[in-house]
Amino acid sequence: MASQADFRDRQFLAVIGDEDSVTGLLLAGIGHVTAPPDNQKNFLVVDAKTDNSAIEAAFERFTTERKDIGIVLINQHIADRIRNRVDTYTQAFPTVLEIPSKDHPYDPEKDSVLRRVRRLFGE
Amino acid sequence: MSGAGDREAVFPTRQSLGIMKAKLKGAETGHNLLKRKSEALTKRFREITRRIDEAKRKMGRVMQIASLSLAEVTYAVGGNIGYQIQESAKSARFRIRAKQENVSGVLLPAFESYLTEGNNDFAMTGLGKGGQQVQRCRETYARAVEALVELASLQTAFVILDEVIKVVNRRVNAIEHVIIPRTENTIKYINSELDELDREEFYRLKKVANKKQRDTAAADAEMKKKKDEIAARGEENVSPEPEEASGPSDLLAAEEDEDVIF
Repeated sequence: MASQADFRDRQFLAVIGDEDSVTGLLLAGIGHVTAPPDNQKNFLVVDAKTDNSAIEAAFERFTTERKDIGIVLINQHIADRIRNRVDTYTQAFPTVLEIPSKDHPYDPEKDSVLRRVRRLFGE
Repeated sequence: MSGAGDREAVFPTRQSLGIMKAKLKGAETGHNLLKRKSEALTKRFREITRRIDEAKRKMGRVMQIASLSLAEVTYAVGGNIGYQIQESAKSARFRIRAKQENVSGVLLPAFESYLTEGNNDFAMTGLGKGGQQVQRCRETYARAVEALVELASLQTAFVILDEVIKVVNRRVNAIEHVIIPRTENTIKYINSELDELDREEFYRLKKVANKKQRDTAAADAEMKKKKDEIAARGEENVSPEPEEASGPSDLLAAEEDEDVIF
């Protein structure tokens, strides 16, 4: 339960998503770029040309390296591309949330948390 | 009976019997309390899972509406504003903070969203045309993100509760199936050993009493013989010597006993 102490300074959200999702969420005002010199963005735009390794690296950076992110939003079809990585992520902080995108409707069967819910109730 | 089963390595004394009894009592109290805690947490857990299910469905709808409003913006602005927005994002206006909620001693964090005042990265977006749509889109997305934050706190609570419930149940089972039987076994063992000691002690005392009786009987017989002799002589001699030991010797008398060796 080491994760209980360190959530006080987590105040940002992070997004890994396609262009439309990221644009919309940035419009809501969640975008944040850390101060120079590192200029780290808290969002990643993924398109068909983006490597899985790049997605994985971003996921890794948002979930383990950065200590100021409380929620990681990831489009479900992108989570599918690194499904193994998302499924094995079990920490409480930051929370990983799979969100639907415009072109890909939401499928509750694929969500790693909902699957755990289902398994617990023996369905 | 004494060696059967798993028990703790203690000396069978009355003191450790007392300790074991206290321990058993403590284990039972602890078991009850933990069981109740686990039940309270499970109740909370079920509630949360139900709400997660609902919130996930709600999120699907909300995000759909939000993407629709973004499409409106794209149409109104007449081009893709994605790059412009990505480049002009500097500092987060929409932030979250975590507060804690206590459920039976488990701290569950809950996210709360808030808007920081006075920074607007997208003041220029849609300046030419479609400013209204952009504004509306921002509001829609802000509402969507609020729903997402709520869902995220439920999910965090879910993960933490899941873990805590596992730990508590493990403890309940350990107490119920390991500690309590073992303590009971130890108490049984100590009791049987103590009974054994009691029987031994009783037997020893009986032996001692027997030996004493035999000795006294022998001493009596001797004394009587002496008395008879003196009495026979006393017909002539009128001054009998004062007797030293008469009657059966007192077990509790202060005179020293010789050690009895069997």
